Amino acid sequence: MVKVTVDGIDVDVPPGSNVLQACEAAGKEVPRFCYHERLSVAGNCRMCLVEIEKAPPKPFASCAYPVNEGMVVHTDTPMVKKARAGVMEFLLINHPLDCPICDQGGECDLQDQAVGYGRDGSRYTEAKRAVKDKDLGPLVKTVMTRCIQCTRCIRFSAEIAGTPELGATARGESMEVGTYVQMALTSELSGNLIDICPVGALTSKPYAFVARPWELKKTDSVDVLDAVGTNIRVDARGPEVLRILPRLNEDVNEEWLADKSRFSVDGLKRRRLDSVWVKRDGKLVKSGWEDAFEAIDARLKGVAGERIGAIAGDLCDAESMLALKDLMSALGSANTDCRQDGAALDGTRREFYTFNTSIAGIEAADAILLVGCNPRREAPLINARVLKRWRTGGLKVASVGPVADLTYPVEAIGEGPAVLAGLLDGSHPFASVLKAAKHPMVIVGQGALRRADGAAVLASAWKLAETVGALGAEWHGFNVLHTAAARVGGLDLGFLPGAGGKNVAAMMGGGVDVLWLLGTDEIDTTKIGADTFVIYQGHHGDAGAARADVILPGAAYTEKNGTYVNTEGRVQRGQLAIYPPGEAREDWKILRAFSGWLGKPLPYDSIEALRDRLETVNPVFARLDILPRFGCADVAGPAGGEMSPVAFEPAVANYYQTDVISRASPTMAECTATYVAPLKAAAE
Amino acid sequence: MLSDADRIFTNLYGLGDPGLKGARARGDWDGTKAIIARGREAIVEEMKASGLRGRGGAGFPTGMKWSFMPKTIGTLPHYLVVNADESEPGTCKDRDILRHDPHKLIEGCLLASFAMGAHACYIYIRGEFYNEAVALQKAIDEAYEAGLIGQDACGSGWAFDCYVHRGAGAYICGEETALIESLEGKKGMPRLKPPFPAAMGLYGCPTTVNNVESIAVAPAILRRGAAWFSALGRPKNAGTKLFCISGHVNKPCNVEEELGIPLKELIEKYAGGVRGGWDNLLAVIPGGASVPVLNKATCDTILMDFDSLRDVKSGLGTAAVIVMDRSTDIIKAIARLSQFYKHESCGQCTPCREGTGWMMRVMNRMVTGRATIEEIDTLEQVTRQVEGHTICALGDAAAWPIQGLIKNFRPVMEERIRAYKAGRSLPLAAE
Repeated sequence: MVKVTVDGIDVDVPPGSNVLQACEAAGKEVPRFCYHERLSVAGNCRMCLVEIEKAPPKPFASCAYPVNEGMVVHTDTPMVKKARAGVMEFLLINHPLDCPICDQGGECDLQDQAVGYGRDGSRYTEAKRAVKDKDLGPLVKTVMTRCIQCTRCIRFSAEIAGTPELGATARGESMEVGTYVQMALTSELSGNLIDICPVGALTSKPYAFVARPWELKKTDSVDVLDAVGTNIRVDARGPEVLRILPRLNEDVNEEWLADKSRFSVDGLKRRRLDSVWVKRDGKLVKSGWEDAFEAIDARLKGVAGERIGAIAGDLCDAESMLALKDLMSALGSANTDCRQDGAALDGTRREFYTFNTSIAGIEAADAILLVGCNPRREAPLINARVLKRWRTGGLKVASVGPVADLTYPVEAIGEGPAVLAGLLDGSHPFASVLKAAKHPMVIVGQGALRRADGAAVLASAWKLAETVGALGAEWHGFNVLHTAAARVGGLDLGFLPGAGGKNVAAMMGGGVDVLWLLGTDEIDTTKIGADTFVIYQGHHGDAGAARADVILPGAAYTEKNGTYVNTEGRVQRGQLAIYPPGEAREDWKILRAFSGWLGKPLPYDSIEALRDRLETVNPVFARLDILPRFGCADVAGPAGGEMSPVAFEPAVANYYQTDVISRASPTMAECTATYVAPLKAAAE
Repeated sequence: MLSDADRIFTNLYGLGDPGLKGARARGDWDGTKAIIARGREAIVEEMKASGLRGRGGAGFPTGMKWSFMPKTIGTLPHYLVVNADESEPGTCKDRDILRHDPHKLIEGCLLASFAMGAHACYIYIRGEFYNEAVALQKAIDEAYEAGLIGQDACGSGWAFDCYVHRGAGAYICGEETALIESLEGKKGMPRLKPPFPAAMGLYGCPTTVNNVESIAVAPAILRRGAAWFSALGRPKNAGTKLFCISGHVNKPCNVEEELGIPLKELIEKYAGGVRGGWDNLLAVIPGGASVPVLNKATCDTILMDFDSLRDVKSGLGTAAVIVMDRSTDIIKAIARLSQFYKHESCGQCTPCREGTGWMMRVMNRMVTGRATIEEIDTLEQVTRQVEGHTICALGDAAAWPIQGLIKNFRPVMEERIRAYKAGRSLPLAAE
């Protein structure tokens, strides 16, 4: 450690730190615009100037100056104050004073720091610079006149997102940030540009002129639009969720948020199920809760337990899935399944279906094999972690499956399971790369599991991980990358066919007489038997509701307290930010109420009691937010079979529309039109 | 007065043959192998002892700069980069070396590269110097052919390659780290220091960037000895220097003279005196556009070397003496320089990007007097806010001419403002 004195406070900082970090360690605030701890140092805003003793008598940019043993730093001398006021004055001379019409107002670094470190007025009387706005696509709005050329966005797109599409053209006062050739940003992480822009140059296009930050009620929650379990903050005003921002969690999302999770928010207001519907004479009729319960009760009369089934969707919280499972047990049914896409996930051991290396663990990996997996589309933030690891050097990545641009070099070694055989017997050259690696990872995507031979692929991948030494006492390199936020939770609480129970495929085509769909919209509803009575419980009018005989309006993830388990197996809780619309209710309460109607009440009356029950079912639910790192104690793999030679299909065809919320979102529809449709057209 | 025997650049005016034959006749490439045989340490020590200070403007001791390079070659190669991006307004000395005496530079490149363990040297030449680049390349080809450079340079066993790279005309690419960025194919923007180029320069490898003149005088120093060189000039300002005299003189010229020569003597002896006589002198910019202007009283006595000029708060810079007589509108002249710096600011860091534009706009108003007296103080403060707050020295360079103007010619500025207020129009002189 290096000893540094900041304003008389002694601090020890790691060698290689910069002076700014030392100042922060001493609890001193240092203003900055260009410096961002996750980006490379640019040192160009000159706002973080400090005075260093025994150095030339001029202010130094603390972000770009390395610490030395015994360095004495001052952050509050007259020289420093004057220098910062000077820089602030320069930043403001060409910055428009349009704060009243700027969306950044109230959460603007420039605004805050101008008050804190600037002069009380400007001496600049000349005309201000104006810069033509750029069109960066449907998500990021630009007002380039406000840009202070800190280059954070340029560094973010190159270093974090891996899509170096932004740059600076011209020089001096005429320097502009842009894409050079006008084009929409192709990153799935472009929304983060809005967060890192310290001024109002890059703001949210869909959120433009919607609200001021002080009007919003902020609720900490967890994202469910992919399986990463991104920590989010839900900003709501009255009955509306207006925007979603990321929350810091170093182990999961750092401070980033993927675009679908950020911008699907307008989908929460559209195509919502806000009343109860019951089908009468072939037509859905708006009804009351009693009517619906009565209709279901009537249909259930005389139906044997094995003729009743339930399928849980991708956005469900663990509480409602457990309540549904308990309800099915009470009805004598073992026909429950949470794998609506038919993925051959093996629930017998937790290691078989989780991302065991952990997201943060990726940073230790030195070789990665992707099996039927496109992390850029399935989990952009996990892809960003791989890129982060790749940028530090020495990482080799190979992929079996459809060829895709993952923002870092990937060796495409094949399209289907045939390559796995070659890797297993060591004949394929990448096998030796994995074997030589100290920390090899095998990541299996849903594209490899959603097929008839999914179980065999899963078993082969496990076997491969074992062969290349990925299953050690200290390192667990076998990973399943999920796309559904509810999936791991569902597997954890055993939302799978019980003894003699039917899976999704068996419930189709009249396999059951009564089918309860809990937010299940990704199945082919035409395959449900014509005489099957379908109860759809969910929040959006999508595929499931269209086929339903009874619709029970539930709550979206922003409208309920729920527990979610991400692809790593990390248990996290989302919180209610607003109340469900209209007649809609929290899902576990609907199920609890119906069980009471049936006369078979579920044994919990509060969410706490239900959570106690969750912990009894599986103790992992007690381990909130923490994910212990573990090695592999038992190398015995899941049951396999014969693999087919058919190539893997991508699990996510259109990143922007994967679930009921994003399909209801006009913003995501626009993204689809901008990014996905041209590609499709080009392919045809 | 420098004796002809002590002149280094004996073909400065291009009267002789710039080719290898002519160069050899002038003493170049004589005993180069023997100099190399002295070894790295000895060459660096000799350069240190000579007291040569960098000729690019900052005046940093050249021998010391060479000694910053790692003593042994590690996994990364070492590089010598020669800064031939001569774009400081008023300066035209490197140009004459490149076209009339290129072999001095090439021999210097070999010796300097050997002294710092570099097997490759890049000469970054200003894009506008097309003919000079051609001449230089011709000389390099000659040297290769004669075996003076190449796999076994001068038979010394040292492998040495020399490459010419043409710039694209940006002033900022004369800053050593911006030059390195540009050489790497990136946008020419100065890098943050530390790390310094000697630790992490071109492609992240140890690199030294030297001015053309600094490198071109090295062979003469090593041949004739440090004692000879340091005996010329003044203490701590050793040796000879190329001065570029331009502006309102009767005979603008480039000339090699000892450091410490009085400015008046320099102008009168070599440039044929100030137009209209010494008393017609208004001001002199002694070292290229970026150093503060001197008034006549200072010019009467000032000695032309690094320390003397520093003591009067100006600088030797590139020793480009820009002479202005009394017909000059000094405000307009400095305003023109402000336009130049505004145009050439790379835009990377805030004080320079925003400050150069601000200064230019105020200066443009000062030319007509469309300002207030208080604004002169504001302008002065703005220059102080830019100076010393930027990544590279361009901010300082933009600030200094204005500071020199305010220091020496404030009454002229005030009179201009008062005249504008009163509706009097002053006869506007030429620049």
